[in-house]
Amino acid sequence: MASFIQLLVSGLATGAIYALIAVGFTLLWQTSQTINFAQGEFVMLPAFFVLAAMNAGAPFWMAVLIGIALSIVILGILFKIIIVDPMIKYGVLPLVISTIALSLFLKESAKDFYSSQAQPFPALVPAIDIRIFDAVVSTQSLAVLAVAIVTVVALNLLLNKTRLGRQMQATAQNATLARILGVPVRRMVLYTFLLNAVLVAVASILVSPIYLAKFTNGETLGIAAFIAAIIGGFNQVRGAVLGGVILGVLDNLSAAYISSQYRGAFPLIILIIVILLRPQGLLGRIEERSV
Amino acid sequence: MFRSALFAPVVVAGLGLTSPVLAQSTVYIPAILELSGAGAVSGTNFRDGMLLAIDEINAKGGILGKKIDTPLLDTQSDAGTSRAQVQKVLDNKPYVILGPVFSGSVLVDMLLTQQAEIPEIVGGEAAAITQKGNPYVFRTSFGQQFSMPKIANYMRDGIKAKTVAVLWVNNDFGKGGRDTFIKEMNSRNIKVVADISTESGQADFSADVVKLKGANANAIFVYLNEEESARFLREAKKQGIDKPLVGETTLLGQKVIDLAAGAANGVRGHVGLTVDAPIPAVQEFAEKFKKRFNYACDHNGIKGYTAVYFIKHVTEKIGKFDSKAFAQAAHGITITPKDEPGILMEATWDKNGDIDRISFLGEVVDGKQKIVETLPKLGN
Repeated sequence: MASFIQLLVSGLATGAIYALIAVGFTLLWQTSQTINFAQGEFVMLPAFFVLAAMNAGAPFWMAVLIGIALSIVILGILFKIIIVDPMIKYGVLPLVISTIALSLFLKESAKDFYSSQAQPFPALVPAIDIRIFDAVVSTQSLAVLAVAIVTVVALNLLLNKTRLGRQMQATAQNATLARILGVPVRRMVLYTFLLNAVLVAVASILVSPIYLAKFTNGETLGIAAFIAAIIGGFNQVRGAVLGGVILGVLDNLSAAYISSQYRGAFPLIILIIVILLRPQGLLGRIEERSV
Repeated sequence: MFRSALFAPVVVAGLGLTSPVLAQSTVYIPAILELSGAGAVSGTNFRDGMLLAIDEINAKGGILGKKIDTPLLDTQSDAGTSRAQVQKVLDNKPYVILGPVFSGSVLVDMLLTQQAEIPEIVGGEAAAITQKGNPYVFRTSFGQQFSMPKIANYMRDGIKAKTVAVLWVNNDFGKGGRDTFIKEMNSRNIKVVADISTESGQADFSADVVKLKGANANAIFVYLNEEESARFLREAKKQGIDKPLVGETTLLGQKVIDLAAGAANGVRGHVGLTVDAPIPAVQEFAEKFKKRFNYACDHNGIKGYTAVYFIKHVTEKIGKFDSKAFAQAAHGITITPKDEPGILMEATWDKNGDIDRISFLGEVVDGKQKIVETLPKLGN
């Protein structure tokens, strides 16, 4: 029982990070039909912004703020202006290829400008063990979980309880109709990119103390979050959250109780089952498109 | 006339060829290393140690009057890429090849270098490397068949373990180490109660640590690459593992200690090469390394440094740049620091290309590796 609780908490923490990244995937898809295959590298990069700021003498909290600000500018505004806007008019596929190229560029740039070696990254809270039903649970796992939950709840409130959020949702559901109704669609799309940048920056700050900051981190994170988004439903934020949590917990439990050798296969098996039985994802809605 | 004189070197340079004048004044010893990917820590340390030695030798006039020309080629920690890089340099007829460090890459590359009869000085530790009868492969550190008996003795005599759990990385390095270690455990009647494989590049070790805790062994043997070792140690500390964590050189490396940020304290094991060795020449090398590259060298830095001096000494002994003669002369050779100061510690290469030298038992105390015992050469 103690082991199960430990695995569950740890899996939830990992799943929460996947969820944040997966939510970013779904936001970009819904508002601008962008499938960002550089999303993993978007998570890798902010950790290096933070480390660079700390090397320049900034305390950790200020470095985190600088990291988030740089992410908003580079991974939000510049990404939209330089990559998405010029490519989206040619359809989804050229944009997908552009983001794949971008992922390679970001990865190699982090390696060349910072280091090819993994770097230690400060944890948000000190590592203190807490006993829950004989299970030793780290404050770091709980902090990751708490920050991720607060971020998702805040995002949910923004999207559902504010005028801005409803305008963003309207843009996602039908951009033409939203424009007729006076919604500044272009600005709403830009806000989505900014939101994604904040989400990946938060994910980066949460995951880097565990993964260590390294230029290759995006490879596994990007794929995991993409699978999570498909399992949950690519067109639903709550679907992406569910997909992320399922993936994180399943990964830990399967590695402990079934086989650590085949742990990488289990998420893919779930993905195949979901695609066969419910192609729109667990919480996704069926989208019909005219040809 | 003027135009053709100007044109020829431009064409030669454009084709990537070495000019005759340059070729006469240098010896081509390319290095194929893990400069990115999962093995980047190992590869960059090996590279920097190697560059330090090359600059020292070149500053003193080179080897037999020729400067060492060492282009760096990245394997990306991938065996296929490594093989392609070896194929590429073989076209330019190298004298000797340096690297790679990852055993999986070495096992693939050494078939090509054997065919071309070019010696390859490698950093790989998998036992299989020197068990294939290849006369052109030479190690710069212990093979697992040399290091594992020493760890097994430590488990039996030092820890007094009756049961052990094994955590290993599922690549050629990890599998080779795991197989040799379990064989040594069986021969000493120590029971292996958990045998857990992990993936190269794995980030989350929480499930593995839970399984290790459940096994309740007297000691845990950890055989992972550097970054994975650090991630594991962090998770082990987080989950409060209180059993002795024992490893080989990698687990006690300074990079792992730095990355693990306090979680490495108390880790023990056998160390084939270390800059903390109580040997003045090694410590002097470590200082030079840190001054130049601004980070603490690990065992791979020593491998790279001594590899170049190994080439220098053998070449000066045969008195010519002949790859086949090099391979013949290097088998059975013993190099002492008196003959070649850059070799740092007396080392012997046997008929298989395996190296024998003194080694150490170490422990991590207050974020530093502390050597607690020096073990003699096996040949003594």
